[in-house]
Amino acid sequence: MTTTFDKFFTFLFYRKGLAIFLLLAPLLVWLGVVYLGSLFTLLIQSFFSIDSFSGVIKREFTLESYYDLFRQRTNWDIIIRTTTMAFTVTVVSAIIAFPIAYFMAMYAGPKLKPILYLGVMLPLWSSYLVKVYSWKLIMAKEGILTWCLQELGLMHLLDAILALPVIGGTSLSFSYIGMFLVFVYIWLPYMILPIQASLERIPKSLLEASSDLGGGPAQTFRKVVLPLAFPGVVAGSIFTFSLTLGDYIIPTIIGNSSYFIGMAVYTHQGTAGNIPLAAAFSVIPIIIMMVYLMIAKRLGAFDAL
Amino acid sequence: MPSKLNFGTIGLKLATILGFLFIHIPIFIIIMYAFSTDEKTFQFPLPGFTLKWFGVAWERNDIWEAIILSTQVATISTVMAIVLGTLACLAVYRSKFFGREVISFLVILPIALPGIVTGISLRSAMSLFGIPFSTWTIVIAHATFCIVTVYNNVLARLRRSSHSMVEASMDLGANPWQTFRFVILPNIATALLAGGMLSFALSFDEVIVTTFTAGQQSTVPIWMLTEFIRPRQRPVTNVVAVFVILVTTLPILVAYYLTKEDEGGKK
Repeated sequence: MTTTFDKFFTFLFYRKGLAIFLLLAPLLVWLGVVYLGSLFTLLIQSFFSIDSFSGVIKREFTLESYYDLFRQRTNWDIIIRTTTMAFTVTVVSAIIAFPIAYFMAMYAGPKLKPILYLGVMLPLWSSYLVKVYSWKLIMAKEGILTWCLQELGLMHLLDAILALPVIGGTSLSFSYIGMFLVFVYIWLPYMILPIQASLERIPKSLLEASSDLGGGPAQTFRKVVLPLAFPGVVAGSIFTFSLTLGDYIIPTIIGNSSYFIGMAVYTHQGTAGNIPLAAAFSVIPIIIMMVYLMIAKRLGAFDAL
Repeated sequence: MPSKLNFGTIGLKLATILGFLFIHIPIFIIIMYAFSTDEKTFQFPLPGFTLKWFGVAWERNDIWEAIILSTQVATISTVMAIVLGTLACLAVYRSKFFGREVISFLVILPIALPGIVTGISLRSAMSLFGIPFSTWTIVIAHATFCIVTVYNNVLARLRRSSHSMVEASMDLGANPWQTFRFVILPNIATALLAGGMLSFALSFDEVIVTTFTAGQQSTVPIWMLTEFIRPRQRPVTNVVAVFVILVTTLPILVAYYLTKEDEGGKK
């Protein structure tokens, strides 16, 4: 047995091309057939239509689903709402993440650095659902946040914020502000790590050179550090933007009942059974992400990943 | 240095501390609530502490079923990811051929695209081909996005390990299989374990893709999601949340130490 086994391996050893092919084949078959195949099926199904009387899917090429999608104002609202949320979450995450990443890369000593790194890694990997749930606890009316604000005598501040039009609501866990807070919380580590990595890569000699040439700290930061760290920010933004765009759990658990793209996809395929419309809807985030990735590539984000 | 920069450091420290509090406190709060005597609300301060809910959760069959299903799915998906990912790494790391970048891109795609896209794609394909929902449909979905963790970990390790050992082994008369078994495999073992751990945690926690590819049965995240929307016994959900924190956090810690040790050793 061993000999045929060995012979087979030796046989392969002298045929590099065949060996590489055999090693790659399982992965390519899997991702090519299962994954790309599914994506392709989805695309095809978006060109099918549903018979409004029988609810049966008609397998003929038509643009009906796309027509349906763009005809209704509510669908435009959903797309705009989701993209605005994704954009705001991305910008605010970047603003919060930058000083943390900066401290980690530039100031933390060799002892503190791994601790901080792990401190960002753990929340990033720990359970997504549990994290969302914990905010449900925190923001509940009788919960910890209300208690803290009451103790501090700041309840009127919360009431004032919740009274704001559009972003306000009956309570924090039923408003866009609450949802926004949870999104920022969940994706923040995805923003910190790429920025930290890009700051880490800036040669210290550049900072010295800048100061030798008469640049003050602010000037050095603006003209040297920021441009070099920017690809990292863009890299992080790919995660925060894409993840917000596709999420439907957070808008379901937190927030008022207004739809986001993910929820619309889920409802159309599930309760409504309208897979063509759901498929057409999910093509939207794919297109948005493709445009986003193209811009990100131009800005050099892929070198920072 | 001028005092201005000092002020900057203090601001920076403060921002970092606040940021870390922000990302860590919610996790501690959830652990705290698992011990609350309060049954109906999320009242704070907690009215009292009890271990009762751990016992109640232990008795619940639906929780055990979810845990067993999740463990099965995560284990099979991880094994599949390890096999597919490692084979591909062995092909990719020493050779330059057309389409190498394509493979890295293909592996990342299932997690780079929004989860909802991956979910609905698999679902629409399954419904088009009439594949009935089962544990296997969940496994197919999970293995697809788990490959990336194994692939990245093993590829990074292979790139760092020197090829001269492989050459020495061949010079000393070992055949390719022996070289793989006694030289390459021990070298990548911890990276495999780390990648596998991350893949297990990823699968155990995944909810969006799972909702689309599961039928009637529920994994732990699906169970939790149902409880959030229609709560039956809130404290029991808190207990399961603590359990999930443990199951997902421990593999990450192990994976971190496995890959860190290696970096130290190589320098």
